[in-house]
Amino acid sequence: MSAVIDTEAAHGSIGSDVPAGRSRRGAAPAGRRPKERFIPRAGAMLVMGVFTLYFLVPIWWLVVASTKDRADFLGTNPLWFADFAFFDNVAALFAYRDGVYLRWLLNSVLYAGFGALVATLLAAMCGYALAKYRFPGREAIFNVVLGGVLVPATALALPLFLLFSRVQLTDTFWSVFLPSVVSPFGVYLTRVFAEASVPDELLEASRLDGAGEVRTFFTVSIRLMFPALVTVFLFQFVAIWNNFFLPLIMLRSEELFPVTFGLYAWNSSINQFPELRSFVLVGALLSIIPLIVTFLLLQRYWRTGLGTGALK
Amino acid sequence: MRHTKRAVAAALLTTVAIAMAGCSAGTAGSGSDAAASCEPAGGDVKLTFTSWIPGIEDAVAIWNEANPDIQVEVQTGPSGNAGTYQNFFNQLEAGNAPDLGQIEYDALPNFRVQDGLENLAVCEDIVAAKDQFLPWTWSQASLGTADELYGVPQDQGPMGLFYRSDLFEKNGIPVPTTWDEYKDAAVKIRALGGYITNFSQTDINQFAGFVWQAGGQWFENDGDAWTVDLTSPESTKVADYWQDLIANDLVSTYPAWTDEWNNAYNSGEVWTWNSAVWGANSILSGAPDTAGNWSVALAPQWEAGGESAGNWGGSSVAVFKGTDHLYEAAKFALWLNTSEEALTSLNKTAQIYPATTAGLELPVLKEGVDFYGGQKIYDVFAEAATQVSPDFTWGPTMTQTYADVSDGFKAAASGDGTLLDALTKGQESTISTLEAQSIPVAE
Repeated sequence: MSAVIDTEAAHGSIGSDVPAGRSRRGAAPAGRRPKERFIPRAGAMLVMGVFTLYFLVPIWWLVVASTKDRADFLGTNPLWFADFAFFDNVAALFAYRDGVYLRWLLNSVLYAGFGALVATLLAAMCGYALAKYRFPGREAIFNVVLGGVLVPATALALPLFLLFSRVQLTDTFWSVFLPSVVSPFGVYLTRVFAEASVPDELLEASRLDGAGEVRTFFTVSIRLMFPALVTVFLFQFVAIWNNFFLPLIMLRSEELFPVTFGLYAWNSSINQFPELRSFVLVGALLSIIPLIVTFLLLQRYWRTGLGTGALK
Repeated sequence: MRHTKRAVAAALLTTVAIAMAGCSAGTAGSGSDAAASCEPAGGDVKLTFTSWIPGIEDAVAIWNEANPDIQVEVQTGPSGNAGTYQNFFNQLEAGNAPDLGQIEYDALPNFRVQDGLENLAVCEDIVAAKDQFLPWTWSQASLGTADELYGVPQDQGPMGLFYRSDLFEKNGIPVPTTWDEYKDAAVKIRALGGYITNFSQTDINQFAGFVWQAGGQWFENDGDAWTVDLTSPESTKVADYWQDLIANDLVSTYPAWTDEWNNAYNSGEVWTWNSAVWGANSILSGAPDTAGNWSVALAPQWEAGGESAGNWGGSSVAVFKGTDHLYEAAKFALWLNTSEEALTSLNKTAQIYPATTAGLELPVLKEGVDFYGGQKIYDVFAEAATQVSPDFTWGPTMTQTYADVSDGFKAAASGDGTLLDALTKGQESTISTLEAQSIPVAE
């Protein structure tokens, strides 16, 4: 079981956007089949071991590479350490162009952190309303939202750019932030979860006690939905963090870049400006740390939330 | 990394398709077609300038200090083909393009046929500055026309021969001055277990530089229709030459710009690199163990005693359609690329190699470089810069041409087909792409 968790953490941290299906498949059968035989079990462990290795080797390479100075990076074994220059590299990265990298990191945390928070709140309200209130057009709305899950963010970037151009909001914080607070998948997940975990009786009781709908939502329902909300938050956090195409199209001012886009911009000029290379390497390594931290902190809830979604 | 590039390219292509669908849907007449006049606006002017050169703000800061009434704001992004060009097209479509932008020579025709650039030839100051530039850089920006100019030349990439002087000397091999001698040297070096150079399957603009040097042409525009000639006699000659070296295993075929490629140079396996002036920096950072052992010579010639050089890279500063401040934008672009203070700053922060004759005399370009054993390598490139032919024209769909030829080169490097096959296919696909975009093609 712990292998599963490790894979998940590693997986998420390298920024894939499909951890959901994998972890769902990984977690569910283990619970349903208590009497496993030795050989299938060993086979499963082997497969997981191989995949763990597969996911971890690039990170290992990155860790090793970012501890080397330029000469060692080319001249020594790429999978083992040479002279330890990690802190020199980090210091050089932080000093480059007045610490623009730190600015990017902060931007990413703002976009992803606040964006995911607002997105979660909106998704929770929407999903809850769709689950608990009966009104005409409810299913239609839900189906439209579900349709939204199918539209890739990349396809929306250009239309969004043209829209934001109309209102002269391109190249602003809002041009990346506003599209990020929408999460159709979050609505789906919270609706399913609210249906399952918020009993109508409880809402009745709350109303009888004189609480308004808003108060009921914030004091009662939201707590019951908490595991799902953490899941939505994590999903959205990762999605925003990794959404590189939207900033690419929207942003021109360096001080607004998120870290993914900033590193991409540097990386695209490496041939002409080779000194950027070590900055890209060290920057990439440091940029996955916030993702790993978020995952480790919220992992417990994440699994509960996903499990619920899967069973439904 | 290559996968990411591919994914990004695919995504960009999708948006191109969408943007074009948008174009054809009836916004064609939205841009004002009247040629803007080059008059000062009066009052305070604010300009935006997009460039991906790291540290260009330093030069712009000098300008802003001296010109309080024309303030320039720098915007940035990834390098041109990695996204900034597509952003320019999106912005032109949305009507909020920056006033100025960095555009490489090989991308200028694309912006020209999409009608995205102001003709700077209406500005007297710019036309008067023509003599300050190397003639061929000017013709790159004027797209070969006499009365149009779509960018102020910023930098250039005259090509020379980087070679391991220590290895040539130790093994008694003369440094080749013609391509025939180059092949002879290649045979000797192969016998010693090394390779004379690495043939890059992906740097099609390097190959174009070889064709350029040989006096070939890939594209021509008579003002109306485009002629595509990737298989001209000169181009065929160059392709056959390199095909021969590849087929006889006289050159290595590592994917360029990768670690194994760097390592091939760093370990001394590969002895020379036919590259542009900016390549000096690439070797320095890619092959640090070989410091002091490199030298630079003029490129090998097709005829003994010939004086011809190719060019690889270089960009211009263009002014986009829709700007309200053509005069000020042109003035800034001219200052940025001709004034000594700006050129010095650009060279210091980003090793920009200027496109002006005076710029090649910057003190910093007159110094010996330790990595090259103290050789004054920029003197060699300054000489090469005067030998570049002004007749080479780029096509309007270079991204596609590069990609298709590169696919063929990769196949050829692994023994499937020849370089000439690749050029032939690239020729066909380029013509069909032009036709698909309703760009007239001359047969």
